[in-house]
Amino acid sequence: MTEQTTAVHANTLKSRSDIPFYTIFIIISSIYVLLIVAMLAAETTYTTPDHIWGAFAKPEIRYAIWLSLVSCAITTVLSLWVSVPIGYLMSRHDFRGKTLVDAILDIPIVLPPLVIGLCLLIMFQVEVPQIEWVNNLLKSISGALFGKELFVAQGDSVDDMIRKTTGLLFGKPFGVTYEIPSVILAQFMVACAFAVRTMRVTFDQIGPRYEQVALTLGCNRGQAFWRVVFPQAYRGLLAAGTLAWARSLGEFGPILIFSGATRMKTEVLPTTVFLELTVGNIEGAVAASLIMVVSAMFVLVIARMFGLTRTGI
Amino acid sequence: MISVNKLCVQVGDFKLNEISFEVPEGHYAVLMGKTGSGKTTILETICGLKKVLSGTIQLNGKFVTHAKPAEREIGYVPQDGVLFHTMTVRDNLAFSLELRKWNKQQIDDRVDELASLLGITGLLDRTPYGLSGGETQRVSLGRALAAKPAILCLDEPLSALDEGTRDEMCVLLRDVQRMTRVTTLHITHNVSESDRLGDMKFQIVEGAVQRLSSKTAGEFANLTGQKSQETGATSEKSAKMKAE
Repeated sequence: MTEQTTAVHANTLKSRSDIPFYTIFIIISSIYVLLIVAMLAAETTYTTPDHIWGAFAKPEIRYAIWLSLVSCAITTVLSLWVSVPIGYLMSRHDFRGKTLVDAILDIPIVLPPLVIGLCLLIMFQVEVPQIEWVNNLLKSISGALFGKELFVAQGDSVDDMIRKTTGLLFGKPFGVTYEIPSVILAQFMVACAFAVRTMRVTFDQIGPRYEQVALTLGCNRGQAFWRVVFPQAYRGLLAAGTLAWARSLGEFGPILIFSGATRMKTEVLPTTVFLELTVGNIEGAVAASLIMVVSAMFVLVIARMFGLTRTGI
Repeated sequence: MISVNKLCVQVGDFKLNEISFEVPEGHYAVLMGKTGSGKTTILETICGLKKVLSGTIQLNGKFVTHAKPAEREIGYVPQDGVLFHTMTVRDNLAFSLELRKWNKQQIDDRVDELASLLGITGLLDRTPYGLSGGETQRVSLGRALAAKPAILCLDEPLSALDEGTRDEMCVLLRDVQRMTRVTTLHITHNVSESDRLGDMKFQIVEGAVQRLSSKTAGEFANLTGQKSQETGATSEKSAKMKAE
């Protein structure tokens, strides 16, 4: 009797197959993977190579490629400089208000990109208050150094003051808003938040033990960081760099608002895609987006080569 | 000499109160205690890695209670070796010497001397990746001893090793300590390790450090031997799992 029951149980257990489970999971997964591949295939086969080369020949698109590459490179370097100290401090130290700082650091990630652009635009249009002693100090310093007086006039915004200062320093005034620096700043605001997150995870993973040993061996905090922790963080640094670069290459919303979409001035590749589409030149849009696709692939390959997949990116 | 007097330390919610003990110069002291009893905290406080609330720490007659770790001249061997992975074994050994600005010849001589003492000459040009547990601990010991510290602190250095390697390391630690006469504080929960190595034994029970005479140490071993061996085996396993 007992044997029979066991046999029946064994039979019912055997009959449960794993096939339905895997079939459903594989179907769902393949749909998404195929969608990605199809999307890219459609774009790459949409136009002929002639059209694409034609688009490349246009000076506006060449300028956009140049500006994108240069601004992304600068943004990446800036992001790494900023993310290393923030990531390290947040990973190693507990202090009052840490939760608040942590939340603030995540704001650029969760805020809609357009809103970031708008905030930046408004920030640079804020009127600088006229404070008499500051004005007097400015006047005397600039008068002594450059022979011209620099001061805050009625209704001057932050951007106006930057224009005045650069005019005095370099002989040619240039501001931030609607100029190339605004492109870099807009990219930096978002890209850096991602780099900070990556660096923090990196330092969390390294753990404080290595520095502790280095401290007992005779290092001060700085030596322990630069000699022991920083070299170990190179993978994270590379991950943060590629991530910041990829984010800044695709940045569009804040740039549109904060820098405008002026051809041959503040036009980056995403702006080109947008501008070409609005005038109905799909070949141009495709050419510009193909450059971004190739760059993204390149970054992905580099990231995989260095085994960065486990850093959670 | 290590002299700890009425030391109070707090780490998170864990607090150690009024800890006092003394290890005379040239002795090999073993501090035993259960997991979570605060052994590592005491060791790290002596090394200057934890903030002291009150009490004093004296090393070789000098008060170092609030001194920076670098000023204490302690060789510290952490539990799992914690070698610097971006450097070769040679650079690991030379690390503290480079900080002290020894010249190249002196560094090379000292590294060679340590390597032959610890039997790691063949490993000098490798990176720490792929070293066995025993090799890692040898390099870690060498790195700690390089600058000829007066005090050596060992944080469960043998707990992640298999039985054979542990025996070898016990002999090595004993020989190295005899040769260098470095005052050593070794923490462990393994009774046989403490019997083989320690010429002074301390035990931490309910937040207080007690000195055990050799006889009481034997009794302690008899009483808790089986239990501590069991816990030893478990923590070995967990350490290995962590390492993997």
